[in-house]
Amino acid sequence: MSNPTLTPTATIPQTAGIAAATAVVPKQQRRTGGGWRWKVRVTPYLFLLPYVLTTLVFFLYPLLHATVLAFFQTSGPGRRVFVGTENFTFVLADPDFRKALFNTCLFAVASIAVQLPLSLGLAMLLNAKHGRMKAFFRLAIFAPNLVGQVFVGILFAMLFTPRYGLFNRFLHELIGWGLEMRWLGDPALVMPAVVIASLWLYVGFNMIYFLAALQNVDQSLVEAARIDGADPWDIFLNVTLPSIAPVVTFVVVTSTIGSFQLFELPYTLLQGFGPNNSGLTVVGYLYNYAFDSGDLGTAAAVGWLLTFVILMVSLAQIRLSRKVSDD
Amino acid sequence: MNTPNELQWTLIVLAAAFVALLLVSRRWATNYARTVVLIGVGTVMLLPFAWLVCAAFKDAAVLNDYTFLPPVDKISNKTVNLKNFETLLGEKQTVQGPVNFWRYVANSLFLASAGTFISLVFSSMGGYALAKYRFAGRGPLITFMLASMTIPGVVLLAPNFEIIWRLGWMDTYKALLVPGCVSAFGIFLFRQAIIGVPNDLIEAGRIDGCSEFRIYMTLIMPLVRPMTGAFCLISFLGAWNAFLGPNIFLQSQQKLTLPVVLNQYIGEYSQQYGVFLAGTLLAIIPPAVLFLSLQREFIGGLTSGAVKQ
Repeated sequence: MSNPTLTPTATIPQTAGIAAATAVVPKQQRRTGGGWRWKVRVTPYLFLLPYVLTTLVFFLYPLLHATVLAFFQTSGPGRRVFVGTENFTFVLADPDFRKALFNTCLFAVASIAVQLPLSLGLAMLLNAKHGRMKAFFRLAIFAPNLVGQVFVGILFAMLFTPRYGLFNRFLHELIGWGLEMRWLGDPALVMPAVVIASLWLYVGFNMIYFLAALQNVDQSLVEAARIDGADPWDIFLNVTLPSIAPVVTFVVVTSTIGSFQLFELPYTLLQGFGPNNSGLTVVGYLYNYAFDSGDLGTAAAVGWLLTFVILMVSLAQIRLSRKVSDD
Repeated sequence: MNTPNELQWTLIVLAAAFVALLLVSRRWATNYARTVVLIGVGTVMLLPFAWLVCAAFKDAAVLNDYTFLPPVDKISNKTVNLKNFETLLGEKQTVQGPVNFWRYVANSLFLASAGTFISLVFSSMGGYALAKYRFAGRGPLITFMLASMTIPGVVLLAPNFEIIWRLGWMDTYKALLVPGCVSAFGIFLFRQAIIGVPNDLIEAGRIDGCSEFRIYMTLIMPLVRPMTGAFCLISFLGAWNAFLGPNIFLQSQQKLTLPVVLNQYIGEYSQQYGVFLAGTLLAIIPPAVLFLSLQREFIGGLTSGAVKQ
C-alpha cells in the first residue's frame, strides 16, 4: 500500500480503458520515475539521520557505557575494578532497594487502578453532548500539567502541612478530623500523599487522551445499541470500551512506564526520601548512588534491573490487551 | 457528630436535590449529577492554584499561618503585600554580574521554544519517513524506538554527563538542545498521524515534480497541523518545566532556567517559599497562554495521532 514507487494510477482518468492505462503508465514512469527513484531510496535515511545520530551518541553509546559500568566498582574518577555481577547481587539483597521497588510498584498499581478510571470517567463526563463550559472544565482539569513535577512537589509539601495545610483543612471540614495528620512525617501516609499529588498532576493529561479517543467512537453504533434497549453500562462495556481499546492500551503502557520512572515528584515533595525511606523510589535509589555517592556501577546495575522490570510489565500489558481484544 | 458545617450542609443539600430530581426525571438527574461532579472536580483541581495566588502575596512571616488569606481584620501591609514579587523581580548580584528574573524568563523561553521547534522539525521528518517509505531496516528501527522508550532517562544521565563534558559543551545550551533535538516518542506520534495521509497525494506531488523535502513541507505538514499543535504543547511543557538536565549541565548563574532558579529560593541556603511561589505563579503564564491558544488542536491532534493503531 505505502510503496511510493508504485505506478501513479491516480493520474489516469477514470474514463480511460484498461488498455489505454497500461499504455500510458510505463511511459510516464520512464519520464519522471527515473528522477524520483533514487531520491525515494535516499530520502528516508536523510530524514531519519538526526534521530540516528543523536541516538548513537546520546543513547546507544551511554547505554553501552552504563552496561559496562554495571560490572565494575567505581570509586572516584578513573578508578574502576571489575567485580562481575556483584553490583546486581548487592542491589537485589539490599533491603532499601526492595523497599524502593515495593514503593514504585505500589505507585504504579495505584496510578493504573485509581488514576486511569478517574481520567476515563472525567473524559466521559466531558464528552457528553450538551453541557456548557466544557472548555472551562477541560482547562481546569488540565491546568496542573502547566506546572512541572518539581513545583508540584514543593507546592504539595506546603498543602500537606498539618495545621493550616489545604489538605487537612479540607478533610477537617468534610469529616471533622485530620487537622493534625502528618502526611509527610508518617511513613504510612507518605506514599498515599505521593499518589494524591500525582493524581492531581496527571489525571488531566490522561483524560485528554481518553477524550480524544471518545470523540472518535462511532456514534451510530452507540445509537443502535440504545435502540436495541442496551443500558448505559452495557453500551460502555460492549461498544465504547472496545472502540477505544487501542488508546487504553497506549495510556496504560505509557503511564506504567512513567510510574516506574517516578522520581522528581516524591524527591521534592519529601525533600529527600521521606522518614525511614518511606518515599524511596527505584530511580531515587539510583540517583542517590549515581550523584550522591558517585557509585556509578551500582547505579547502572539498578538502571538495568529497572529497565528489565518495565520491559516485562509493558510486554505483559500489551499481550494481555491483545488477548482481551481478540476475545 | 455535631451539627453539620457549611461544607457538609452543601453536600447534604446537593444530594437531596439529586434524589428529588431522580424522582422527577432520570435524564435531569443525570445532567444535574454530571454538572455537580464536574464543578466539584474543577474546584478541587483549581484550589491549589487559588492557594498559590494567595500565598504569593502573603508576607513570609504569615505564610504558614492561614490556609488562604488572613481574615479581613488581619489583612494589612504586614500580612499581605508585594514583597515576594519585589524580591523576585529585583536585580540580584552574582559572581558573574547582576541578573534579574526577566533574564531567566528569556533563557527559559529561548530554550523551550528553540527545543520545541527543532524537535518538531526532526520528529515530523522521522515520522514521515517511517510512515510513507519502505526501506531496509524500517521494521527493526520501529521496534528499537518502542523499546528505547522503556529505558529510564536517569540511567543515561551519568554517562551523558561524561559525553557532554568531553565534547566541551558544559554550561552551553548545546548540552540541552542537541541530545533532546529528536525523540522516539515524537517520531512515533507523527508516524501515527501521517500514516492516515493518502499515498495518492504524495505520488501526485512527485509527478508534479516536487522534491521529497517539498512534499514533506507543503503537502504533509499542513495536513497534520493538529498533531503539530499537540506535539508543540507537550514538547514546550516538558522543556519549560525541565529541571534535572538544566540543573546538571548549566553552571553560570546568568544561563540558568526558571525551574533551577526558583528552586534556589528554597535551596539549602535560603528558605524563601514566598518568593518561590510568586515565581511559580509567573512561570505558569506562558504555558497557560500556549495551552489556551492550542486547546482545540491539542485534542484534535491526539485524535489523529496516538489513537489510530
